[in-house]
Amino acid sequence: MIIGLDVGGTYADAVLLGPEGLINFVKVSTDPSDLFTTVLTGLEKVTQGIDPLQIQRLVLSTTLSTNAIVQKQMPPVGMIVSSGPGVDAGLYRTNDHYCVVGGSVDHRGREIEPVNAGEIRKIAETFKKEGLERVGVVGKFSVRNPSHELKIAEILGDRFEKVFLGHRVSGNLNFPRRIATAFLNAAVYPIHKNFFEAVKKSLEKKGLKVPIHILKADGGTMRFESSMDFPGQTILSGPAASVMGAIAFASPETESLVLDIGGTTTDMAVLLNQVPLLNPLGITLDCHKTLIRSLETHSIGLGGDSAVRVKDGRIVIGPDRMGPAMAYGGSTPTPTDALFVLGKTSNGDREKAVQGIESVAGALGMDPEQTAYRIFDAACTHILSEAREMIRRINSKPVYTVRELWEGTCVKPTEMLILGGPAQCFAEHFREISDYQVRVVPHWGVANAVGAALARTTCEVALLVDTEQGIATAPEEGISERVGRNFSRDDALKKAFELLRKKALEKGADPEALEMEVVEDLQFNMVQGFYTTGKNIRVKVQVQPGLIRGFSQGVKHAASQA
Amino acid sequence: MLQARHKTGLVFFPAFDWAISPTHPEREERLLYTQDQVFEEGLLDIEGIQEFKPELVEEPDVKRVHFCVPSVGRVMTESHFISAGGAKTIARAVIEKKVERGFALVRPPGHHAMRVVHGARGFCNVNIEAIMIEYLRKAYGIDKVAIVDTDCHHGDGTQDIYWHDPDTLFISMHQDGRTLYPGSGFVQEMGGPTAVGTTLNIPLPPQTSEEGFLYAIENVVLPVLQDFKPDIIINSAGQDNHFTDPITNMNFSAQGYAQLTSLLKPDIAVLEGGYSIEGALPYVNVGIILAMAGLDYTHVREPNYDPNSIRQTAQVTRRIESVCDQVMNVWKHRESLRKKAMTGKDLENRTRHIFYDTDQIVENQFETLRVCPDCSGVLKIDSSSDRGREIMAVHIPRKACPRCVELGYQWYEAAKKGRYGQVFLQDRPRDLYLES
Repeated sequence: MIIGLDVGGTYADAVLLGPEGLINFVKVSTDPSDLFTTVLTGLEKVTQGIDPLQIQRLVLSTTLSTNAIVQKQMPPVGMIVSSGPGVDAGLYRTNDHYCVVGGSVDHRGREIEPVNAGEIRKIAETFKKEGLERVGVVGKFSVRNPSHELKIAEILGDRFEKVFLGHRVSGNLNFPRRIATAFLNAAVYPIHKNFFEAVKKSLEKKGLKVPIHILKADGGTMRFESSMDFPGQTILSGPAASVMGAIAFASPETESLVLDIGGTTTDMAVLLNQVPLLNPLGITLDCHKTLIRSLETHSIGLGGDSAVRVKDGRIVIGPDRMGPAMAYGGSTPTPTDALFVLGKTSNGDREKAVQGIESVAGALGMDPEQTAYRIFDAACTHILSEAREMIRRINSKPVYTVRELWEGTCVKPTEMLILGGPAQCFAEHFREISDYQVRVVPHWGVANAVGAALARTTCEVALLVDTEQGIATAPEEGISERVGRNFSRDDALKKAFELLRKKALEKGADPEALEMEVVEDLQFNMVQGFYTTGKNIRVKVQVQPGLIRGFSQGVKHAASQA
Repeated sequence: MLQARHKTGLVFFPAFDWAISPTHPEREERLLYTQDQVFEEGLLDIEGIQEFKPELVEEPDVKRVHFCVPSVGRVMTESHFISAGGAKTIARAVIEKKVERGFALVRPPGHHAMRVVHGARGFCNVNIEAIMIEYLRKAYGIDKVAIVDTDCHHGDGTQDIYWHDPDTLFISMHQDGRTLYPGSGFVQEMGGPTAVGTTLNIPLPPQTSEEGFLYAIENVVLPVLQDFKPDIIINSAGQDNHFTDPITNMNFSAQGYAQLTSLLKPDIAVLEGGYSIEGALPYVNVGIILAMAGLDYTHVREPNYDPNSIRQTAQVTRRIESVCDQVMNVWKHRESLRKKAMTGKDLENRTRHIFYDTDQIVENQFETLRVCPDCSGVLKIDSSSDRGREIMAVHIPRKACPRCVELGYQWYEAAKKGRYGQVFLQDRPRDLYLES
């Protein structure tokens, strides 16, 4: 049996799955000030009466790091940034203890100016005096040549609790994002570490000694131990959980739009033949643009509990949530209250809901029933137009080869999969007002936790070969090797797949179900004068997001029976 | 958070799968390191810098400018449709005010492509700036356009297309034609009789450095632009004046290019040449993008940049000052020069031999312009190539008078009965393009 637990802003959902499908599920309220208790309560309830020895795996998705970042409650860290010429690195300041130092590397990874060891030593002293325990070290083009970051780390020695190096957080080029990513990893590290160590300890006390996996924003998981080096990858895993929850029910040969309609927000994403679309660069959270791999998701401030108001004679929904729906004891009318008035839902206080909608109706000069319909229709129409806009954005992403531009592949989802609390009510209306094949994901209320439970381990490897200089580098893996002049594109792909396999297994993947694929494969002749002097080969391979074997069929089968 | 002072659009199309030949300067690798530098600097994340996906240019857009022999499809590759389309995309974004300024960082380039196209010359097949400009004129009613060509090679293609157009100011600053391809672009080349002065050439001596380029910008280009008052300023932004460029002899730098861009304030810049793909382009392009966006570029510098070692000599400075004086003289006396060129003439003929270095084609042209007192005059070109193609091409200009329109059709009809393999007509007033 496996467990998935997804902590959201309002509720935490936990599910217990067996090969035959969903065995048990619970929903507990999230206490944002005490996520530890929330997680433990969820786990305790969902495993009630189950022999701990039967549980093989546990996947957690929490808002822990996300909250710390958004609420700016991060412990201080030291940042050492080496830029060289270009945009002034001072402009990318992430925090108070941010030092721009000498040294530079160019776009081919050649050293232009060496590291100044004395300068680094002085900074280390200061950081120590200031009581900093975590340090981020980031160099421009460090993914082309990590030696400066490594040198700085060596000088820092073991005087700090943990040092995060820029070239290990991503193989992609983008210096400002590398700075932000290293910073966030260093900043959330102690929060992440303390929390999960406590969870692990408590579970062990209860006899639950299973591998703990943590969900990442790219819809994949990593082993608890690996997460210590990349705690930043756990931010914004919530939307990913929902998308993974929908995958098992998506049609294999079409493009699907996934909608998770929650209390505060609606998250949307696109699946291509059951594979979620990845964001090419990385997450943007608060003011931080990062290189943290994530699914391409779009979140809007419109959910079942969004506040409904009348402005200039028009209905405005959200983007804020003032509390629960009036039918559930809130004080502001919401789309959920409209559903009560329309008779689409009933397990709450209808009287209160009617009162709420009447106040809106009064302002509009319409009857309550009509008003409820208008609110509901406006919510659906707004979601559809945002989805259209997201798809337009996906399709207008630039490409850099003649072939891709002429082929002009275009995403056009024909199927809509809905999950989240009010999924069923909304589905009906989407069927009426759109051309999508609309389906509700089974167990829509906890499908996100199912998604977390079923997510497979993902990772990515970027390999750059420069046969003129005779070097192959896979920065994130800490690999830099000499290669011969005849090293080919096929050799590069082979090498990259080897590294990927190793990395995936380390992170907890199932060796029998590695869905490895090539995401980038480019080769350039390097020419000096009129002679070819070498090849510049760039390959990127990944384990694509998807579901683990065994349990997903069970879930799907059980759902089709129900 | 970095924020652009001027909202700037960018079309980046490096054509990573297209080359003239594997070791040709115009090959897949050309913008690879530029991409690396632009991505690593995070320029596309800056608030107010927006990347656009290029569209494909359409055949009518090409026919509005060129006579393609034998056809548009035969002289353009897929990549040309994209680089011209990229320029068009960025121009639309600027005119529709989605952005304040735009930069088409595309390849292959276009400024050596003339009105008649038999093949590729100077790595260019079609003139991507001209295609963009004529599209803007047709779709948005733009009238007066200034093109400032800062490529190291004379922009002879653009000069040819606008030779007879008094509404298009073409200024080219380049390495002296006696020392570099294509061997033209002297001060005396100042436009056809009905458009004298709206073509200006500033040939600069080899080893010109930052101060020389900026001197020409401040003392010729800016004052002329101020007089001409264009609706829009285009920069053909070649980057081969760089001190590391392998096929030229100038001493310009990334700092210099950025300053030039700040002074010129082009509405649209379009990449042209530049073949120092590792040592120059990554830095020059970062400098230009920052300058267009109105951001600080003072820290942008090549690893081997030493302003003292590339400083121009006093002799070079004197030469530049003298050339600039001559050009300003042409500009100041353009009215009287034009009058003189037109007086007593009904038709003006020009004979030219054009060599297509990239495709090794020789073309002979015999051009006839009606020197019209009421418009810039209808034009016909008798063109034959050593590939055995013989064509007649008639161009009726955008603001042609009724008499010129009529004559244009008469020429076209007469030629159809003649010995030509193909006869073309560009009727710009009606945006109509005929061929038989």
